[in-house]
Amino acid sequence: MSIENDIFDIVATQAKVDRATLKRDTRLSELDLQSIDIIELIFAIEDKFDISVPYSPSDLNSAGVSFETVGDLIDAVERLTAEQKAQKAV
Amino acid sequence: MNRVVITGLGIVSPLGKNVEDVTARLRTGRTAIGPITVIPTDRLMTKIGGEVPDFNPSDYFADKQLALLDRCAQFALVASREAVAQSGLSFRDGLGHRSATIIGSGVGGLGTLDDSFHRVYAEGAKRIHPLTIPKLMISAAMSHITMEHGITGPSFTVASACASANHAIGVAFHMVRAGSVDVAVTGGTEAVFTFGTIMGWEALRVMAPDTCRPFSRNRRGMVLGEGAAIMVLENRARAEARGAEILAEIVGFGMSSDALDIVLPSAEGAASAMRACLTDARLAAEDVEYINAHGTGTMANDVTETKAIHMVFGDHAKKLAVSSTKSMHGHALGASGALELAATIMAMRQGFIPPTANFIEADPDCDLDYVPNEAREARVEVAMSNSFAFGGHNAVLAIRR
Repeated sequence: MSIENDIFDIVATQAKVDRATLKRDTRLSELDLQSIDIIELIFAIEDKFDISVPYSPSDLNSAGVSFETVGDLIDAVERLTAEQKAQKAV
Repeated sequence: MNRVVITGLGIVSPLGKNVEDVTARLRTGRTAIGPITVIPTDRLMTKIGGEVPDFNPSDYFADKQLALLDRCAQFALVASREAVAQSGLSFRDGLGHRSATIIGSGVGGLGTLDDSFHRVYAEGAKRIHPLTIPKLMISAAMSHITMEHGITGPSFTVASACASANHAIGVAFHMVRAGSVDVAVTGGTEAVFTFGTIMGWEALRVMAPDTCRPFSRNRRGMVLGEGAAIMVLENRARAEARGAEILAEIVGFGMSSDALDIVLPSAEGAASAMRACLTDARLAAEDVEYINAHGTGTMANDVTETKAIHMVFGDHAKKLAVSSTKSMHGHALGASGALELAATIMAMRQGFIPPTANFIEADPDCDLDYVPNEAREARVEVAMSNSFAFGGHNAVLAIRR
């Protein structure tokens, strides 16, 4: 739950919208986020969770991560945090 | 108005450390992009770049002088020596007052900045070298060129990110054309390979992990490069009177601003600068046979630039050759316009068009003739060279052989 909470906070701050209006299926494209805003959003997420998010605007598929909705972001961060924690443990 | 010619050219680039070597390498179409060696890359995602190969500063400078010179100024000075020597000019017998020094640079002495700040912030050093500031200032390379050659006329540095060199050369061209000076030493220099700088570029998420593939469908972004190209511009009548060898004539310069976005390019802005250049040169669109593109290899630039070329050239767009030599030397930011104009001049003189290297597959959104992978034998009379910068600053030069 806390990852979900944090992501809602970060997206609300970056998109300058009321957090209460955000849902898991809110599309990032509805939030009027330009490509540079998405890059800042990813940076905020990486900084918050100490993870590396494989996102490149010119290379959306190779990362295997979808960034269409807020829910996609939450799923990606949950997966990446678990994976990268496991890697650090090794 | 005076006609303006180029009578000297010097270059230090990933493709070689003098005009002859760079010309030969351009013709091969082999990229000089490779592993970054001048800084450790273990904490970087970006491991590749266009480095000047085996650049040993002590081959060119005495220790005492070297203490004053950031890598960025070293490149500029070495290139200026080759350019001035080729021009055959001496600035110390009165010509200096009638000559300008106008150099473009995106950021200046980054290596010096990085090293000295690391000392104070990370290592807790109590003091840094007393010449840190005059070494890191963006205008230092230009200052050293004036001192080395005794050029005492107007002198300044132009900073407009990736369009810096084209702006510098363009302003120098206009000054010689207007008669405010007889000669101008101009060009651009950049030395970007510092840990902090690469981290900054990575954060923008525009860096390609594999190589630079402008206009190719599988392109993954840009690759940084470094180096300098310096040229001597001269009033044509003066150059002819003294029997100087004329390398090319600069015929036009066009500028525009998108006034839209700090990073995203605009086709309208780019097209407007190309049109302004044609007007300034009194050229028809059909006169242009080759465009050395800005061609960074990012998704955004290459599609936008293609669109802009269609807007300006109409039916002629498909008949033009367009290539990006960044595929071979990387994106040298504030020096890129100079490296690319130099490449255009050298190729024109040798009767070929430099290719776009690393090209794999056509992108439906990039539908021009990009001269993929192999240099083409061709006699080009008129060429253009595009530079489009972050912030939406567009600068386009046109030359004639």
